[in-house]
Parts: sequence; C-alpha cells; structure tokens
Amino acid sequence: MVRYIIRRLLWMVVLLAIVSTVAFMIFYALPSADPAVLRAGRQGTPELIAQIRHNLGLDQPLYVQYFTYMKAIVLHFDFGYSYQNSANVREQIMSRLPATISLTGGAVVVWLAIGLPIGIISAIKRRTPLDRMTMGGALLAISAPVYWLGLVALYLFSRDIGVIPLFAGANSYQPLTQNPAAWFDSLLLPWLVLAASFAAFYARLLRSNLIEVMSEDYIRTARAKGLSERRVVLRHGVRAAITPIVTVLGLDIGILLGGAILTESVFNIPGVGRFAFDAIGRADLPVIQGTVLFGAFFIIVANIVVDIGYAFLDPRVRYS
Amino acid sequence: MSSATTSAPLLQVQDLRVHFATEDGVVKAVDGISYDLERGQVLGIVGESGSGKSVSSLTIMGLSRAQNARISGSAIFDGRDMLTLDAEQLRSVRGNEIAMIFQDPLSSLHPFYRVGAQLVEAIQAHRDVPKGEATDRALELLALVGIPDPKSRLAAYPHEFSGGMRQRAMIAMALANEPQLLIADEPTTALDVTVQAQILELIGRLKDQLGMAVIIITHDLGIVAETADNIAVMYGGRIVERGSTQRIFAAPEHPYTWGLLGSIPRLDSPPGTDLVPIAGRPPSLINLPDGCAFHPRCPYVLPRHRKVTPELVAVADGSGHAVACLLAHETRVRVWRELRSGALPEDAREVVVTEAQDG
Repeated sequence: MVRYIIRRLLWMVVLLAIVSTVAFMIFYALPSADPAVLRAGRQGTPELIAQIRHNLGLDQPLYVQYFTYMKAIVLHFDFGYSYQNSANVREQIMSRLPATISLTGGAVVVWLAIGLPIGIISAIKRRTPLDRMTMGGALLAISAPVYWLGLVALYLFSRDIGVIPLFAGANSYQPLTQNPAAWFDSLLLPWLVLAASFAAFYARLLRSNLIEVMSEDYIRTARAKGLSERRVVLRHGVRAAITPIVTVLGLDIGILLGGAILTESVFNIPGVGRFAFDAIGRADLPVIQGTVLFGAFFIIVANIVVDIGYAFLDPRVRYS
Repeated sequence: MSSATTSAPLLQVQDLRVHFATEDGVVKAVDGISYDLERGQVLGIVGESGSGKSVSSLTIMGLSRAQNARISGSAIFDGRDMLTLDAEQLRSVRGNEIAMIFQDPLSSLHPFYRVGAQLVEAIQAHRDVPKGEATDRALELLALVGIPDPKSRLAAYPHEFSGGMRQRAMIAMALANEPQLLIADEPTTALDVTVQAQILELIGRLKDQLGMAVIIITHDLGIVAETADNIAVMYGGRIVERGSTQRIFAAPEHPYTWGLLGSIPRLDSPPGTDLVPIAGRPPSLINLPDGCAFHPRCPYVLPRHRKVTPELVAVADGSGHAVACLLAHETRVRVWRELRSGALPEDAREVVVTEAQDG
C-alpha cells in the first residue's frame, strides 16, 4: 500500500511536468495575441513594445523561456508575474482559492443532499410516476448548460434584476471570514445552479447502481435475516451502490477546485476560474499557465485520493 | 402457542400456487403443492432447475412477493399462515423462527462487511442485546459450525474465506436465533465434493443438536439420501412423488423419479451398468404440456396420458407414499422391478404396453 502511494506520487510529478510542458507549448509558442503589444497599450511605439518584450523575456529563445519558467516553479514555487499588472501569480491564485473552495464545497453539499435521496427513492419506487418524474427532471437538469441555467436563474430569482427577488444576484460575493451571512446569501444561487446538473447525474447513477445491487444474492440474505426493509436498502444496498459514486465525486471535486469557470463567470465570483477566464482574454500567459497547473494539480491529487480511498471502501481491493 | 400446536405439523403447506405475470405469459412456477413437515424432521425437495422447488420455499419466507407474483394457498407455520402475514410480522419470523441458506455463499454474504459484523447484525435483528454480547454469541456460532480460530475469523471479510468456510459462516448466521426451521436452498451445489459431505454432515449434526426441522432443496437425490426423512420430488411446479426417503429409494413409483435414480451412479449396480439420462428438457412453465407434464419425456407414455392430468394420490398401503402418475400402482411396481434388475427403459416399457392391452 505504501509502495503504491509512493509510486502514485512519483507519477504525479511526471504528469505535472508533462502538463506544464504542454501548457507552455500551447500558450507561449502559439499565443493568441502578442502580450507585449497588449501591455504597451494604444500609444505603444515599436521601441516601447521591443522594450517590454525584452523586460518580459519574450525575446529569448523558447527553450530558454521554458527553462526559466520551470526553474522558478521547481525551486521557488514561483509562477511568475502577471503581464497585465505585474502581480505575483501564485499569491493571486491563493487569494482567489477561498472563493472557488466556497463555491465547490457548497455545491457538493447541495448536489449530494438532493441527488442521493432522489436516486435511492427512484430506485426503490422504480417504474412509478414518482420515478419517471424525477428521472425526467434529472434529464432536463443534465441537459441544461450551466451558463444558460445561471443567467435564467439570475433573471428569475436575483434581488437586483429578478422577476421573483429571492436570492442575492451576481457580483455580490463576500468572503466567509468577513461576513458569513453575506457569504452564504451570495453563494446560495450559484450553489444551486452549479449543483443542478451534478445532482441529476448523481441521482441517475445511484439509481442504476442501486437497482442492480438490489437484485444481488446478499440483499436476499439480508432480507432472509429479518432486517427491516429500510436497513436492507440503506445498510446493504446503498453501501454497495455508493462506491462508484465516491470515485466520481472525488474527480468532480478535483475538477471544480481547478476553477468552476462558467459558474464563476456568470455570477462574477472572484475565484480561480474567473481569474483564468479573464487572463485568457488578456493573453496573460503566466496567469493562464498558473491556473492550468493548479487545475491539473487538483485533478491529479483527486485521482490519487480516489484510488487510495477505494481500497478502504471496498475491502476486496488491495493495491500492491 | 407451541403447546397448543405441538400435535400439528410445524409447517403445513396446502395447495400453494405461485404464478408470475410476465410479458411472455403467466409463469406457473409453483402450481398447487401440498406437504407437511413435522418438528425436527428433514424434508428433501428434489427437482431440476425450474421445477419450482426454490420459489416454493422463498414464498414461505415471503421473499417472492414481487409486484407481478400471484400467490394462493396457505403455508401454516407454527399456527400462522405465512402467506397472509404483513411485512413486519414476516420480518420477525425471517431469520428468527425460519432461517435460510443459499446456493452460492460468496455472493450471498455482503462483500463489504466483516463476517463478524454480519453475524452480529443477524442476532441484533431479533434480539435486543448489546453489541458485546452479540459478538460473544457470534463467536460461539462460528465455533459451533466448526470454523477454526473463530476469534480471528470474525474480523475477516467473506472473500478471505474458502467456499466451505463461507457456507459454514452462512449456516452460523442462519442459526443465530435458533430457528425451528432451516431452509437450505442447494446448500452444497457451489462447493467441492469433499466439502459437500462436510456441510451435509454439519447440517445433520446441528439439526439433532438444536432440534430444528430442515428443508433441503436440491437437484441431486444423492444429497438427500442420507440426510432427509422424507422426500418430495417436484416437476413442472408440482409434486409428482412424495414419501419417506427409504421408500423413495427402495420403491419409487414415478417415472421421473426412476429417471433421477437412473442418472446417479450406484455402488450396488452390476459392473458395467451405464447411467441412463432423462431424455429431453424441463418443460416451459408458461406452456406446460397437456395431461401429465412429464409425458413428453416419459418412456412409458400412453395416449391417455397426453390428455389427463394426474393428481397426487396416496398409495393404498398407509405408508404416506403418494404418486402423481396415471399408470396403475401394480404396473409401476412391476416396471421398477424390471429397471432394478438392469432392464433399460425401452425394455421395461413392454410391461406397460402389455398391461394396457390387458386392461
């Protein structure tokens, strides 16, 4: 087990190196716009642009740029400085992480609280009108793009422009440490919007897993033991059906921590996703690179956590 | 309650029918079976797959109550009709007064819980005892079924057990609350031959020790030969022959039972005797053949047998032996004598044809 973990951690380093190289190739070698021109502004003379290019190191050969970039990351955990405002990329990402964690964490709670009970109930009440209704609703929720759903939700329910003013609107994010009530209020609508498709997906996944599990022999044994149907379903059925869901959950959390770009953009939440989105618009390469690497880091870590966690969830799994 | 009902059989099944409505038609899985089981007795229910032997027992436990199941008849267990109990009453009987073990012990144990935890759960489902006490009982049970080093085995997962040990653990779980009736559904089919004998011996020993009645469901007459007091042979959802084990082996009267006996090796057969398989396949439970359901496979079939459905009729000697066959008792006795002396079914058929002409 320990050897397995060490091997996975070494692989993580290799993967991150590959991701950073690929990201560097895409963004530096094939930039969408010349950062020096963007930075020089409207009155930028060719001399000024050349000066900026030299200052940013863009006049050096690619491999030198790459080496300089990687050296800073490996030696100093330094992701460089934004082309836009010369701010430290690592500090900027760190300062935006709480907003992304807030959004992700709350949404996870919401989608599990909604998705799992629906999945269990529709598996047990299979083929009833209730099952068909919830699964139909789930299909809709999965199909609705989050940016569309977010805009519709704002239009319908936000206090500034909404038809039925229920929730705080876009641009109202407050950090938890400053004002917990405002933090909760500002995130309620984003949580619901982000959670909608996940809740639907989890409900459908749990439903199909549970239907399969409930026909297993050990469920018959549980019933033959004289357990209550509630215990049969929850302790024996759901326990077995939920294992694959934990795997998916880990990966989803990893992906979202890397930045829920669409939701953060629609609701203008100053998180990592929004940061990346803005950086792309400005060809702010160090910021793009930094956010990509951060995202990759979370996804890879989530993968490892899920794989190791699986051994604890399913005693039959043993890594060697 | 038990004092008032001691004279009555422990389990009295009357005209039990279990039909399932499916897209292809009504599956008559069990089609009117009746039997009695006395306290402390062992009944072997023998038949091919699809003969309704498992479904009938699952129904007594209330485990076949699906939406599409139509169940009729009665199954009086210790004074209560199991078919009319509500869910909560059934729950209090299951695993408590009637326990069940199944064919494949690996898939029948929950893969994610330790064996000890599954035993404790079975105990606590019916007894309000603290966990420590239930664990002590679980330990006792594992020792009772002959699992070595039970203490360390409590903490093991089912996949860490061998096949025989798993079935022992299943039996321990079934015995947790000292049931009056143990239903063993193909308890040895998934096990190695040597382990089979051990498990059967264990069931026999525990029956004597605990005084419980046992129903053993199997496709293999050899399994019940030594363990059962009585045998019921099922075919196409019905009981075709019923009697004491000794009688069924010594003087079977149904052609299907003859077929089952002819297809198992015997030490007392003359050397070089071939095993005789039963030709054909089990019938479809949706479209049972007209007349005797066994007639398409029966070597002794007469034209009348294709139209008249035989009833289970007691042989008139007071032995409790009953047969559902349209051949006359005397004819059946003579055919069996021929078969015992080594005649092949096609030769023994002569007896039937001659007597039919005489009659």
